[in-house]
Amino acid sequence: MIVQALAFYMFSFVAVAAGVLVIAARNPVHSVLFLILAFFNAAGLFVLMGAEFLAMVLVIVYVGAVAVLFLFVVMMLDINFVELRRGVLQYLPIGALIGILLLVELLVVLGGWVVIPQAASNAAAPIPPLDQVTNTQAIGRIIYTDYFYLFQAAGLILLVAMIGAIVLTLRKRPGVRRQKIADQLDRKASDAIEIVKVTTGSGI
Amino acid sequence: MLEIGLSHYLSVAAILFTLGLFGIFLNRKNVIIILMSIELMLLAVNINLVAFSTHLNDLVGQIFAMFVLTVAAAEAAIGLAILVVYYRNRGSIEVEDVNVMRG
Repeated sequence: MIVQALAFYMFSFVAVAAGVLVIAARNPVHSVLFLILAFFNAAGLFVLMGAEFLAMVLVIVYVGAVAVLFLFVVMMLDINFVELRRGVLQYLPIGALIGILLLVELLVVLGGWVVIPQAASNAAAPIPPLDQVTNTQAIGRIIYTDYFYLFQAAGLILLVAMIGAIVLTLRKRPGVRRQKIADQLDRKASDAIEIVKVTTGSGI
Repeated sequence: MLEIGLSHYLSVAAILFTLGLFGIFLNRKNVIIILMSIELMLLAVNINLVAFSTHLNDLVGQIFAMFVLTVAAAEAAIGLAILVVYYRNRGSIEVEDVNVMRG
């Protein structure tokens, strides 16, 4: 129990600290790296809650794909980030006000609210005991049966996002000489060279 | 204090969500940080979903968190693509001059 509590406080403290640094870091590259740290610690929290599959998916999808995408874009664009940070303090009071208001609201809701005891008994898909079915297996059993169409729809969303990103960023640059393999293969000897019979003494 | 329950996880999620919102206000000019703040907020939502899933012994919360993850990944990809195109056209990513389409 004490190990669990220690792990929870460690993970949550580092996650919150990393979250603060994401929005406060001067250099966006540092922001991305702190975002990765926050995601790693959230994955630790997921493991503590018994959602191992989601924890691994979080690490793979976010650290492996999304964060790398962010890093790629931050490094690819040549932006004066110092210029962008100008005027940050101007927005600090209103941002802090709204943030604190929201936090207080959320904590007030949390404080005066309890789950009714019957709630656990009418679960749509009760978590099977861990010694019989692992978390990944249990999720797989539900997602490929009850939630099959939603799962396919999620795949479709990713496909549309992929095609959208490609279509948005693809461009034809004028003035660039590219190798056109189809044209090269289309060439015939008759197009390329001309055979001329030259009669002696007259020239072409 | 040592007994870690639902409210602990919900508090962490609430703090992370507030940080995300605060980040949007703080970095009004930098779209990249705004996108990262949105990711942070979605992460907080996922923590909430998984915490309730564990507490109510219902697996559906985890599946919903997975769908949220999918949409977040798609959103990040499209958002960054739009950002790259915008930078190519304007040479900057200042949000404050995103009004060129205004008639």
